[in-house]
Amino acid sequence: MFEFAKEIRPAVTLFLAFTLLTGLAYPLFITGIVQTAMPAKAEGSLLVVDGRIVGSELIGQTFQSPGYFHGRPSYVNYSANGSGASNLGPTSARLMEEVSRRIDQVRRENGLSTDQSVPADLVLTSGSGLDPHISRQGAIEQVARVAEARGLTHSAVQALVDQNVEPAMLGILGQERVNVLRLNLALDEVTRES
Amino acid sequence: MILYPANVSQINLETIKSYQIISLRLFHSKATKMSMEFGYIALLLGTLIVLAVPTGRYIAKVFNGEPTRVTPLFRPVEKAFYRMAGVDETREMSWKSYVAALLIFNALGLAAVFLLQELQGFLPFNPQNLGAVRWDTALNTAVSFTTNTNWQAYSGEQTMSYLTQMLGLTVQNFLSAAVGLSAAMAVIRGFTRKNAATLGNFWVDLTRSALYLLLPLALIWALLFASQGVIQTLGPYVIAHTLEGGEQVISLGPVASQEAIKFLGTNGGGFFNANSAHPFENPTPLTDFLQVLAMLLIAASLPFAFGAMVNNPRQGWAIFAAMFILYLMGLGFALWAEEQGSPLLERLGVAGGVNMEGKEVRFGIVPSVLFAQSTTVTSDGGVNSMHDSFMPLAGLVLLFNMCIGEVIFGGVGVGLIGIFFYAIMTMFLAGLMIGRTPELFGKKLEPFEMRMAVIGLLAPSIALLMLAGLAIVLPQGLLSLNNGGPHGLSEILYAFASACGNNGSAFAGLNANTTFYNLTLSLAMLVGRFATILPALAIAGSLAAKRIVPASTATFPVASPLFVIMLVGTVIIVGALTFFPVFVLGPILEHLLMQAGRTF
Repeated sequence: MFEFAKEIRPAVTLFLAFTLLTGLAYPLFITGIVQTAMPAKAEGSLLVVDGRIVGSELIGQTFQSPGYFHGRPSYVNYSANGSGASNLGPTSARLMEEVSRRIDQVRRENGLSTDQSVPADLVLTSGSGLDPHISRQGAIEQVARVAEARGLTHSAVQALVDQNVEPAMLGILGQERVNVLRLNLALDEVTRES
Repeated sequence: MILYPANVSQINLETIKSYQIISLRLFHSKATKMSMEFGYIALLLGTLIVLAVPTGRYIAKVFNGEPTRVTPLFRPVEKAFYRMAGVDETREMSWKSYVAALLIFNALGLAAVFLLQELQGFLPFNPQNLGAVRWDTALNTAVSFTTNTNWQAYSGEQTMSYLTQMLGLTVQNFLSAAVGLSAAMAVIRGFTRKNAATLGNFWVDLTRSALYLLLPLALIWALLFASQGVIQTLGPYVIAHTLEGGEQVISLGPVASQEAIKFLGTNGGGFFNANSAHPFENPTPLTDFLQVLAMLLIAASLPFAFGAMVNNPRQGWAIFAAMFILYLMGLGFALWAEEQGSPLLERLGVAGGVNMEGKEVRFGIVPSVLFAQSTTVTSDGGVNSMHDSFMPLAGLVLLFNMCIGEVIFGGVGVGLIGIFFYAIMTMFLAGLMIGRTPELFGKKLEPFEMRMAVIGLLAPSIALLMLAGLAIVLPQGLLSLNNGGPHGLSEILYAFASACGNNGSAFAGLNANTTFYNLTLSLAMLVGRFATILPALAIAGSLAAKRIVPASTATFPVASPLFVIMLVGTVIIVGALTFFPVFVLGPILEHLLMQAGRTF
């Protein structure tokens, strides 16, 4: 017991000191630097169009109309204050039913034949429920639909997709991908001009 | 003889040619993809080794009290802390005093995190006006963060105020790692000292861990993260008006600062529910790379620190090699399993059966598996993809990593402690084979050390299997399941493996935010943490008092490939013997049923 008593003062003092140092000084110091040096990133890389926040470059959002490229299916309907995933396992019957339904939908919406396979990212939900990207192939499958709905030429829409492909970093980090919100904003811009 | 018209054979030729081109392209793209993936893994592990060796040497210097280049910077702060706290840095502690200090410090942390959650409604930095957290969730969280587990029964953005995240959770991210590192240093002194009654001073070890190592690295990592788009703000959540005319509430917070220490301290507790799958926690492939690097860095540098402290760098390399071999074996197997894709999805019409369920497009399969392997071997527990949706055999690897007690690199400090238990077991087996009293690093291993090592190895395993067994027979356990069939068993097993291994990752379909799971998992986390640290300190206390046996020709060479192989073998055999039956009933059975086309 004597041993315990001797350690109480250092325990309490160091605990309080480190709480202030690592729990207040450290995060506030980082906040200060980041807010000064790169405020847009610190605040969530928000995209503003005509003075209104339309979303974050990093956060996916729901697209359902034929004239927009659709993102991945989301288990939380892209609620960016409640991220989450299905957590359905590889032998889940529910997962198979849902995927089957989504495959039918993707084929129907994009005029694909019933034996054509569909890119995985278009029919499987992401880990965050907020994935802002789809694969290049996932975008290409939608070009015809988007072009028709907007009255744009196939090649014009295809060119937009190509411009919006983000490559793998240094050629090895990550996958080639398309940011859906950015692509759709570019699409709106082109439509407005034409 | 049939005469083909000329044009038909021409078409055939052309068709054949075009097939050749297509198959060549396919082969080429597959080869490029493989070399890209190999390049990614090689770059990561190469960077890790290049950084871990000097970090290990630096750690050894800091804890030996030798001057380093940054000592002039941190020393005044360190001294000020000791003055304030009345710490005499020359005072040495017996192993029992060391344990007492460690326990008091953890009890304080536990109480503070619990109270912060209960009182957050009345405290500042709470722009969303989040109220008190339910008592069992708050208790679970307090235990979870003080034991370096960071199991999360709650959803961060909907439960915790910014103040709780910073002053409660971020603080424990630092301190639980510092406690683990301190314990490891005390254990190493058990081997390096002779005829000694003490293991160092807990307060000094703790202070140095945080000031010289964790805080400076966290500053660097936080800024690197922020430069890539990880958010750092105290403002309220924003409302976006989406292109299709909807409203989207976007959660924000001081994320970059927490993210840095979440990985460096092998903590793993996410700011948001989706952890590092969330784009605000892990926005780019580069942040992903840095996160995997950070969670491996300190744990992988500790064998080198040990080598430096026993004045035998080869010894450090031997332990690192054993860990590295186990890491690569698991990684290879998990990659193979996940790259197979799902036959069930392929049959439905998913291209290649690629298993993107629970994974993010910016990462894809390989970085997701690399992250999962690294986060389960190191006891970090942060995730960039949902382990619950992995292929059964990839899930098996993750389970194995945790069940063997987080010794492949492991948690900061405690991973090294865990591998010492296995090393003691290895030398015991070797001693039996050659009929000599076992020794390890010049110290005789006697019944007391063996007893403590067995407790350290088996107590978490027993808690794991008993509690998981309890969950399987009680309705409170089964009601939380998200998946049926063998995968349901894996979900429960994973939860307790994660808690006992102080990992914190989850097969997150299991609804663990119930009183039953909050309490049983709290117990599992406490056993997993203290039933390893305490026996290890007891062993260290006993070893420090012994003399160092000079090496002779009959001494088993512990810095040799033979030792590495035996150590790897012991880890696999002990792990397999303890858990193989339940692995068969869970992931292995699920794999076979999946191949047979069964769903649940």
